[in-house]
Amino acid sequence: MLTLLFDGIAYGMLLFILAVGLSVTMGLMNFINLAHGAFAMVGGYLTVVLMQRYGVPFLLCLPIAFAGAGLLGAVLERTLYRPMYKKPHLDQVLFSIGLAFMSVAATDYFMGSQQQIMQLPDGLRGRTELGTGGPFELGMGHYRLFIIAVCAALTVGLQYILAKTRFGSRLRASVDDARVAAGLGINVNVVFAATFAVGSGLAGLGGALGAEVLGLDPTFPLKFMVYFLIVVAVGGTSSITGPLLAALLLGVADVAGKYYVPKLGAFIVYSLMLVILLWRPQGLFVRTGGKS
Amino acid sequence: MVWQTKSTTGFGMSSAPIVLKTEGLVKKFGGITATQDVNLSIAQGARHALIGPNGAGKTTLINLMTGVLEPTEGRITLEGVDITRMAPEQRVQRGLVRTFQINQLFASMTPLETLAMVVSQQQGLGGRWWQPLGANRKVVERCEQLLSLFRLTEVMNQRTEVLAYGKRRLLEMAIALACEPRVLLLDEPVAGVPAGEREELLHTVAALPANVSVMLIEHDMDLVFDFATRITVLVNGAVLTEGTPQEIANDPQVKSVYLGHSEELTHG
Amino acid sequence: MKAMQDSLLAPSRFQAWEPLLWLLAFAAPWVVPGHALIVNEIAIVALFALSLDLILGYAGVVSLGHAAFFGFGAYTAALFAKLVMPDPLTGLLVGMAGATVLGAVCSLTILRGSDLTRLMVTLGMALILLELANKLDWLTGGSDGLQGVVMGPVLGRFEFDLMGQTAAWYSLSVLLGLFVLARRWVHSPLGATLKALRDNPLRAMAIGINVQLRLAVVYTVAAGVAGAAGALLAQTSGFASLDVFALDRSADVMLMLVIGGVGWLYGGVLGAVVFKLLHDVISGITPQYWTFWIGLFLVVLVLVGRDRLLKPRSWFGKPKAQRDSA
Repeated sequence: MLTLLFDGIAYGMLLFILAVGLSVTMGLMNFINLAHGAFAMVGGYLTVVLMQRYGVPFLLCLPIAFAGAGLLGAVLERTLYRPMYKKPHLDQVLFSIGLAFMSVAATDYFMGSQQQIMQLPDGLRGRTELGTGGPFELGMGHYRLFIIAVCAALTVGLQYILAKTRFGSRLRASVDDARVAAGLGINVNVVFAATFAVGSGLAGLGGALGAEVLGLDPTFPLKFMVYFLIVVAVGGTSSITGPLLAALLLGVADVAGKYYVPKLGAFIVYSLMLVILLWRPQGLFVRTGGKS
Repeated sequence: MVWQTKSTTGFGMSSAPIVLKTEGLVKKFGGITATQDVNLSIAQGARHALIGPNGAGKTTLINLMTGVLEPTEGRITLEGVDITRMAPEQRVQRGLVRTFQINQLFASMTPLETLAMVVSQQQGLGGRWWQPLGANRKVVERCEQLLSLFRLTEVMNQRTEVLAYGKRRLLEMAIALACEPRVLLLDEPVAGVPAGEREELLHTVAALPANVSVMLIEHDMDLVFDFATRITVLVNGAVLTEGTPQEIANDPQVKSVYLGHSEELTHG
Repeated sequence: MKAMQDSLLAPSRFQAWEPLLWLLAFAAPWVVPGHALIVNEIAIVALFALSLDLILGYAGVVSLGHAAFFGFGAYTAALFAKLVMPDPLTGLLVGMAGATVLGAVCSLTILRGSDLTRLMVTLGMALILLELANKLDWLTGGSDGLQGVVMGPVLGRFEFDLMGQTAAWYSLSVLLGLFVLARRWVHSPLGATLKALRDNPLRAMAIGINVQLRLAVVYTVAAGVAGAAGALLAQTSGFASLDVFALDRSADVMLMLVIGGVGWLYGGVLGAVVFKLLHDVISGITPQYWTFWIGLFLVVLVLVGRDRLLKPRSWFGKPKAQRDSA
């Protein structure tokens, strides 16, 4: 059971890193971006290509994946996304679905439709068993341990940036009320661009990290989009602890659900989400005040 | 300075029954008290004005009365019925209607369609799905009256989103009247309306039948003194004082609030 | 007064080209019998798009899970034909009824929350039903689908033929019938209040409309119509499979509506025709990359502006005036 919890937490933290960018841009630009998963996919494929064709070590690929996806995000934000901020939500949904479709098809064309195999470095393979045979048996895959460590570090870093740096306070001000923030002299465009880039970068990193655990093929953006959206809808868009807790909840629920009641599969997760959203339509962890 | 809050009952009130009453109305947003223990009564057939500096909480009060906001404490009574917990649409159905400070219109509909819809809803036909809008003669006749009254006939077939601001403000009012209000709350009705048309607009409102009670929020003092027979002054969410225009004009506290030093409040 | 009444009534009157369009539609299975199956598909999908228009175009609810009702109608009708009786019209009514009930229940979920919440909730419903259909394989056939649905003759007389002509006429008739009803609906006072609700829910409440109740009602009705489309699919194709609940279906139908024009009853019909034809043409050239072109189309469509694309005259004029808050 502890192993399940462990796996669930690893899964949840991964989901969090993947989805946090979406949550912040949703709260910041009030933009529903259903193509967010495409950036994750870019990070994943970038890593695979670098490793398989150019022999770049896995650990080095991770920051490259972050940078690559982030750069793509910055470019797209400036060119395609920016005109979309003021448009109605339906348009945003259509637009981002269109981008997602394009990315799926393009990846299929260039990389083929098969699952990508990720060769983990030796140091990250293997498993440590604790308390074998006893009631608190815990089997920790080293790679999952690595994931938890990296994601936890990133989370702490993000919280720090948000709470303690100038950029963080500018970001929080812009999330609360972009017009007022602009009126205070905050360059909201730069905040938007930087946030979008970092969010996409994190997604790319998550895609690279998660390829081994979640699988990587051209349908990734569509397959996992639902999960990202669940994290955002349940966790709310006004903090990062909200999506963190939502992602952990989702991760544990999914892993536990699929183990204990495999017959129902993902049904558990969807029902849980539905119940939560019906109970609290604004998400589970919403700060009062600020715009909804 | 210590504000004296005068009693709001008795002196200067006619013997007409009270149609809308708030008792001890309080509204808090977190640490901020937007409305403090407001006791306000609107008499039958009233031409009542609510004035006060910006941020005094006048719109909040209207939002509380109409059910857009829920009060923290207090009671609201409409024609003797306690409406404190009643849903906004039910209050409208009981005759409590308001207009908005910023136009709240239906962008894709024309004035004619809008009014036809509102009048149909008002006459209980809003749920009919098998008959086309406009099939009912009485509805169309009422629309004709309203369009004419508010000078919207020429633009009746243009989509609201392309109308000029002045016309939109008129439509805003027309919609409220189409609801056949018994108590009408107007939130700065003439804001942005060209000078020549303001008097006329308020004259139309004042000329409503005596069984329609009107309370209006306004900043234009000339209009307030022309229109109102009773004025309530709201400052920092609390009622400062209430009385006839004459009394308010000569009240030193009111003058201080508006002008910062004692001077005659000009009117007329 | 007469002029005013005419202005109001004008949109509800049938225009000259409409009977012509329907005549052409009905003539098609007879004139080009080889394409009767396509006509049937288009009619079904047009009906589905029509149902989405009722909530999206006329009430402003963005839903990515409308396929939930389509699928539910399909499985209900298929099971009814297999287990109770194979009469098509009865099965259609049962399918519709089932979807309507589901719609009424689900309508409770879309009343509160932001657009994102609604999106998630509607999507979630569709996914849950997909999972259920998958897991309850003793009833639904699971991933193999529900096969062997044999239908009796329509109205006791018209057997379903291999060419698909009966199917096409059957679907077209149902489409026409529901279309006429929908037409009455959108031009009625109720339809007007729904438009008001879409444009400005705050003001709608302030004129005495029970916004939540109306939303629930229109959602329920739209669900029923979607269920009818699903039932038609199951009945005319002889089986029901999991993809009736898929995200693809919900997304495709939204796309069709957008192509044809949201908020216009013929939008769904037009969109369905264009979409289906485009799909067949493009799939013929590059079978896998339909997704790419449709994605590109969407991006361009939205960037250019939905209104501008569909009104060629506006390409040469100024962009639509900015709406101010007044």
